[in-house]
Amino acid sequence: MAQKKYRVVHYLNQFFAQIGGEEKANIPPLIKEGAVGPGIPLQQALGEEGEIVATMICGDNYFAENIEAAVEKVVESVSRYKPDVFVAGPAFTAGRYGIACGASCSAVSKKLGIPVVTAMYEENPALDLYRKEVYVIPTADSVRGMKEAIPKMSGFVRKLGLGQEIGLPQEEGYFPRGIRVNQFVGRTGAERAVDMLLSKLRGEPFQTEYPMPTFELVPASPAIRDLRSTTIALVTSGGIVPLGNPDRIEAASASKFAEYNIAGVDDLTPDAYQTCHGGYDPTYANDDPDRVLPLDAMRALEKDGTIGKLYDVYYVTVGNATSVANSQKFGKAIAEKLKAADVDGVILTST
Amino acid sequence: MRLELGIIKIKDVQFGDETIIEDSTLYVNKKELIALARQDDRLSEADVELARPGEEVRIIPVKDVIEPRVKVSGSGELFPGLVGKMGTVGSGRTNVLRGAAVATVGRIIGPQEGFIDMTGPGAQYSPFSQINNVVLVLHPIDGLDPHAYEEAMRLTGLRAAVYLGKACKDIAPDELEVYELSPVTDTTLPRVVYLSTLLSEGLLHDTWFYGVDAKKLLPTLLHPNEVMDGAIVSGNCVSACDKHTTYHHLNDSVIKELYRRHGKDLNFVGVIVTNLNVTLLDKERSTDYASKLVKLIGADGAIIAEEGFGNPDTDLMMLCKKMEEYGIKTVLITDEYAGQDGASQSLADAVPQADAVISVGNANEVVTLPPMKHIIGDLKSAEVISGGFVGSVTASGGLSVEIQTIMGSTCQLGFGKLTARGY
Repeated sequence: MAQKKYRVVHYLNQFFAQIGGEEKANIPPLIKEGAVGPGIPLQQALGEEGEIVATMICGDNYFAENIEAAVEKVVESVSRYKPDVFVAGPAFTAGRYGIACGASCSAVSKKLGIPVVTAMYEENPALDLYRKEVYVIPTADSVRGMKEAIPKMSGFVRKLGLGQEIGLPQEEGYFPRGIRVNQFVGRTGAERAVDMLLSKLRGEPFQTEYPMPTFELVPASPAIRDLRSTTIALVTSGGIVPLGNPDRIEAASASKFAEYNIAGVDDLTPDAYQTCHGGYDPTYANDDPDRVLPLDAMRALEKDGTIGKLYDVYYVTVGNATSVANSQKFGKAIAEKLKAADVDGVILTST
Repeated sequence: MRLELGIIKIKDVQFGDETIIEDSTLYVNKKELIALARQDDRLSEADVELARPGEEVRIIPVKDVIEPRVKVSGSGELFPGLVGKMGTVGSGRTNVLRGAAVATVGRIIGPQEGFIDMTGPGAQYSPFSQINNVVLVLHPIDGLDPHAYEEAMRLTGLRAAVYLGKACKDIAPDELEVYELSPVTDTTLPRVVYLSTLLSEGLLHDTWFYGVDAKKLLPTLLHPNEVMDGAIVSGNCVSACDKHTTYHHLNDSVIKELYRRHGKDLNFVGVIVTNLNVTLLDKERSTDYASKLVKLIGADGAIIAEEGFGNPDTDLMMLCKKMEEYGIKTVLITDEYAGQDGASQSLADAVPQADAVISVGNANEVVTLPPMKHIIGDLKSAEVISGGFVGSVTASGGLSVEIQTIMGSTCQLGFGKLTARGY
């Protein structure tokens, strides 16, 4: 008995679906049975094992202008075909098309739990938006690269369709997603370290196990020349919270920040505040929480007129082992709140 | 400097009337060990339990693990400057109870300790799951400051390791390991130095070197045998995954690997210890000084192992940058904090010169572990140790925690076989 074919739904824009060019870029999502356009050579490459059961089509402008509605429609239409794999593109350098491919793949993966893959050129702006969530296969920068793209995509679709494990990006040929996954390997870290050092000393090729990240450098704001009429806020990653840690901020790997009102509070005392920060001896922070969140000093500055006012709310999280991604997220959210409250300056304290 | 380690293999541990070794079984006189612990009047209560590989036992919260040893000949005593008389260690004969360890348990601060599972999926992450643990559960007297409790626990753990070690002083070892930096005649072999960084941020992030608080050190050069013979002692209460216990220092995996290849692929010229202090001034001074020492001894390459994470990432990167600028090739060993989803960048600092990095795993990875029949210590502390959270203890008594909580899971001495890969 022939094995059951895995089912594939393919996403294309109006152009590759041969509906029309820019003049048709406003068409809303529609789904057609079977393979269309680049889907035809893709189907040939998949052979007898898999079948493109439907093609999802949407105009690039419609998608860009109605992204939520378009995504919802794609998910709903795709779900009716019960595919094993969802594939989109290739989008080459087309930005709107790339975003439509990425957003469709991301939503289908998240909402339907179906494996997804798309393909585009390395400078397509959609790549950085979706590479963490979606397998993206590199292509050339224009449709002239279709011939090379199809076999790469079909190989990947086949693996997903047959439920095979996807290996490392360098083995499978997708853009690294930047997801770090733990694995036990055959040799200890010390053995690997000495091997790597010898290769480096001999001028032989070697591969680092962690390529250095590039840090987002935050330019310092211009100095405030006159503090007398300013509102200054306190923000800390040192974990100073009301006694009992009411929002349950984690001692390490914080998943949240919290805000507390300090209007009318002049001093942080151990009967009302504590640190919830792991990773250091909290004795001194708990004895006098002002040591980490200098409220008493700020009140003194407020009283003698050095600053106009201390903002009534402070923000707190725990820095211990908290990921950079979470820290960026908290920082952005806190900054927006402070900006909305017309706070002029912030004192950040850590541990 | 020639060090012989007389390896006495321990396959089981039992309580007995006398602390002795018979047929690879370590018998422990519980009363004597408790009496030894009670010598420190800062401890109110002490208990001893045994945990063997494969048993359904979870030990939590663990502070330090120490391999029992005894000096048979040669200068110095074990753990000089702390429980041993001062004297240079690293030569003569030291007998080792391989396959046994002392583990100290007690909630000093809560967040800064870890756990050991003796079986189940958690056991693959910790080297201490594979050895026979003599567990000292130590309680402080009322009102004892955490730093005093830490010291009492540290010294008691060391004394217990020495006490157990004495039982093997006159036993013929199963194996003899000989460590000697014999002269290398092949001048084409690259000269390699090992840079061991010692956590020294204070507030219970401390390491002791010949009894000296490491935060007061200037980087210094030593023979690898000194490390293997007790010159470095852990005083750390930090995340369990990547603190170097005293056991790790005694069995430093980088030193062992450099020894293994000494004279064949490289010329192992020595160890430099440096500290990991908190201020920029200290970081600049120590990394300047350590890099200069590496240059002075004419090293071509260096392996730099980090301890801890976050703040020490900066020291690691400064060491790397300064050495590479001297023309010394470096390889770094670090773990990662890439978030529970693995999607964040992993380090708190980076320099472009760090092009050769060994990753020993993402400490934020969450694992679900089954309940164990017996808990030594206090299971609830899993919710406050670094990498645990409210709800970490499941209804059935299992754990859902980051591997950060497991003793030695991402040891940056490259002790284990875990790594993280980019997908």
